[in-house]
Amino acid sequence: MEWETVIGLEIHAQLSTKSKIFSGSSTAYGAAPNVQANLVDLGYPGVLPVLNREAVRMAVKFGLAIDAKIARHSVFARKNYFYPDLPKGYQISQYELPIVADGSLEIVLDDGTRKRIGITRAHLEEDAGKSIHEGLPGVTGIDLNRAGTPLIEIVSEPDMRSAKEAVAYMKKVHTLVRYLEICDGNMQEGSFRCDANVSVRPKGSDRFGTRTEIKNLNSFRFVEKAINYEVARQIDILESGGKVVQETRLYDPDRGETRSMRTKEEANDYRYFPDPDLLPLVLDDAFIDEVRASLPELPDQKAARFSEQYGLSAYDAGVLTASRELADYYEEVVRRVPGEPKLAANWVMVELAAALNRDGVEITESRVSAGRLAGLLNRIVDNTISGKIAKEVFEAMWTSGRDADTIIEEKGLRQITDTAAIEKAIDEVLAANPKQLAEYRAGKDKLFGFFVGQVMKATKGKANPAQLNELLKKKLQG
Amino acid sequence: MHRRTLAELAAGLRKKEFSSVELTRHYLERIERGQPALNAFVTITREQALAAAEAADRELAAGRGGPLTGVPIVHKDIFCTQGVLTTCASRMLSNFVSPYDATVVAKLKAAGTVMLGKANMDEFAMGSSNETSWYGPVRNPWNPELVPGGSSGGSAAAVAARLAPAATATDTGGSIRQPAALCGVTGIKPTYGRVSRYGMIAFASSLDQGGVITVSAEDAALVLGAMAGFDPQDSTSVDTPVPDYTATLNDSVEGLKIGLLKEFFDKGLDPENEQRVREALAVYERLGARLQEVSLPNLPLSVPTYYVVAPAECSSNLARYDGVRFGYRCENPRDLMDLYKRTRGEGFGAEVKRRIMTGTYVLSAGYYDAYYLKAQKVRQLIARDFERAFQEVDVLIGPTTPTPAFALGAKTSDPITMYLNDIYTIGANLAGLPAISIPCGFVRGLPVGLQIVGRHFAEAKILNVAHVYQRETDWHLRVPPGWA
Repeated sequence: MEWETVIGLEIHAQLSTKSKIFSGSSTAYGAAPNVQANLVDLGYPGVLPVLNREAVRMAVKFGLAIDAKIARHSVFARKNYFYPDLPKGYQISQYELPIVADGSLEIVLDDGTRKRIGITRAHLEEDAGKSIHEGLPGVTGIDLNRAGTPLIEIVSEPDMRSAKEAVAYMKKVHTLVRYLEICDGNMQEGSFRCDANVSVRPKGSDRFGTRTEIKNLNSFRFVEKAINYEVARQIDILESGGKVVQETRLYDPDRGETRSMRTKEEANDYRYFPDPDLLPLVLDDAFIDEVRASLPELPDQKAARFSEQYGLSAYDAGVLTASRELADYYEEVVRRVPGEPKLAANWVMVELAAALNRDGVEITESRVSAGRLAGLLNRIVDNTISGKIAKEVFEAMWTSGRDADTIIEEKGLRQITDTAAIEKAIDEVLAANPKQLAEYRAGKDKLFGFFVGQVMKATKGKANPAQLNELLKKKLQG
Repeated sequence: MHRRTLAELAAGLRKKEFSSVELTRHYLERIERGQPALNAFVTITREQALAAAEAADRELAAGRGGPLTGVPIVHKDIFCTQGVLTTCASRMLSNFVSPYDATVVAKLKAAGTVMLGKANMDEFAMGSSNETSWYGPVRNPWNPELVPGGSSGGSAAAVAARLAPAATATDTGGSIRQPAALCGVTGIKPTYGRVSRYGMIAFASSLDQGGVITVSAEDAALVLGAMAGFDPQDSTSVDTPVPDYTATLNDSVEGLKIGLLKEFFDKGLDPENEQRVREALAVYERLGARLQEVSLPNLPLSVPTYYVVAPAECSSNLARYDGVRFGYRCENPRDLMDLYKRTRGEGFGAEVKRRIMTGTYVLSAGYYDAYYLKAQKVRQLIARDFERAFQEVDVLIGPTTPTPAFALGAKTSDPITMYLNDIYTIGANLAGLPAISIPCGFVRGLPVGLQIVGRHFAEAKILNVAHVYQRETDWHLRVPPGWA
């Protein structure tokens, strides 16, 4: 039988507010355990939550960016369960009335077609703390620094049909939240993570199969691997006549498999109810309009503009707008090398991307700044060096951290554009190779390349290729 | 000195008839003598009190300070007090020294009051007789065999026995007004949102409201003025200015429209108690007020509604007492589940556990709509009933409780009859309205209370209505035999 995969994602993005969602504690990552947890975060007797306005603004920003409905009236609810890293014994979240509902994003599939992924809702909630087991034999440590960090949980429709689509969607959300500057997107630190709901059904069926939920996936690679493993597992079960059990599963990256965590029967009854400590969140049009006015150019808009303004292909525009920082870098180069947007695109996407990738650094930490790269490209444009030499210069810039002009001067890489000097080199080559000259003149045109090579060798590759071609032709004709 | 009202004591301090240290010592001596008989205190803060009194005297000597500077006061042990044991009368918090002051405590401290100690109460404010306290029951100063009411039983008994001129208290379903009535003192529960709940240990967040128990309405006006106001740390506190409650105390009640709630004069009301209330109403008529019967048809549903909403909220509010970060922890837990089970099993008393279980049940999947959601709808209906009534009348007046104080142990075996003791007080909590109980006479030698309910934020009005009655009567000045 042919099977169809159905995937929905719940993405948790930590909002990059300075303080927590219901208290004034800092949200900075990496502090010593429990130093960033005040009495509110610790759930002390008598304390009360006060909503962080900035977190609301960020959630609205996200809602507007995915063309969703922004609730004029939303409600915080308590999700009740006991766990040592959940200080109050409940998590403040949103349940029946979330702040954002009914939006969508477009992803681009491998064949270039676009697909709309529905976003059911996005709601505000607080993160829990962390339980620490490593290095503490026999006991469990609790670090509540993260407790109360604002999160937005983004719940998609079950619109994805493959692990690749799921990754494309997750990347799209990742790009978006970083464009909006509402989440740093740092997946190692857990700022951006997701749960995947996965099921399979016979192709053509309009009913969903029983789904499992894979918890806490914190890399694009894990999302893809975990979903593929889970799809294969479910198909195996169904094809051998079994039934998929609705359950929560964990992905083990070391073994590359998912494991059962708890079944539906063991699931908590969270006893959600509206939090009486917080009034309903009421937003007026003025607030929403103000947030709308603060929206930056969004990835899709930017890509369209790049195609239009710089004459780039849809693919190139997509790559260059994958992050706001990369797009900004590119535009900075374009601004400094007027009239050469394609040259700039090629260099950013090929040489620069390769170097970044090789050293595993982000564009923001590039060892060649946009200004420096522009300096190099301008030397190509003004014929100081050739494209080939430029690659050599770029490598030197990357390793030494110096600018193009310094390297060109120091290494004497400046192109020879002096006609007399090139003519002199040609004359010497022709004089040294009478046999080949005779053959050429007898009609062996292919030898033209030989002479170019010899002259380049003699000039250490610095002869201006166009000039060389022209002068060599004249000389060969005699 | 202790026969004076708080207003008179404050005046005496300013006139230097006595110092705050003298006054504080006097009350501390009374507390130490009274504590074995009444058990009204969990903690007596002698040292801190004397230090605060000395500081107040320096302020007064320098001609500084406000109307409450140097006045001794007691805090219900539900309010967090920095550096002082804050137990909520529970074994669960029997070792909890609060690292911070509740907003109410901080405000009264800033106003120059002197904290004498922390008042006993029902455990986590759950009870109507002060018998659920981990520290043992409080006794009624009018008769030690009787309960003082609850949950603010320690606050009411302390003021009634003149162990303090005022005591803060909290009211979730009647916990200020009912003990005030049973102990023959004045107790006001303000509008929900008028007084900050920050640092007031939560029982049922949508109903809890801080207030004060005093001898007179004038005293209540003075203290409430210092307690009330918007608090950025409490999202449910309301940002409206606090009027000078003392300024309008003597306003005339001529033409005042008083509503008599038909549902309050029901068959559960002790006939003698009703008689005292009718006599009080006659006083108002004599002063020119007009009486009018009004009906709140949904009010009889207030007790069942309350006993869904309050336990639901408490089941969640009390989840934080898990033995992990503060408070009681069971000995040698085997694992996490054992830690939770035994800590909570040993740390909470029977009534608290009963309400946590009830609340957990009404919020559970499959029962939420039938209980919690329905209760919220009825709560809306009750609130609307009150709104309609207030279109016709200015205040509602009736009894505070169905009967005077009952015997210790009389109702502990039957929670329902205990819950019915709050039948007249719960409505104001469900609707968030301000209400005050004032003494209006005696039944079989025991004080009974008259309840005055006002519109939202009409604290000034109900204090005014209470005060004009207290100008005409002296029930509020009667002191229990043996405590004069």
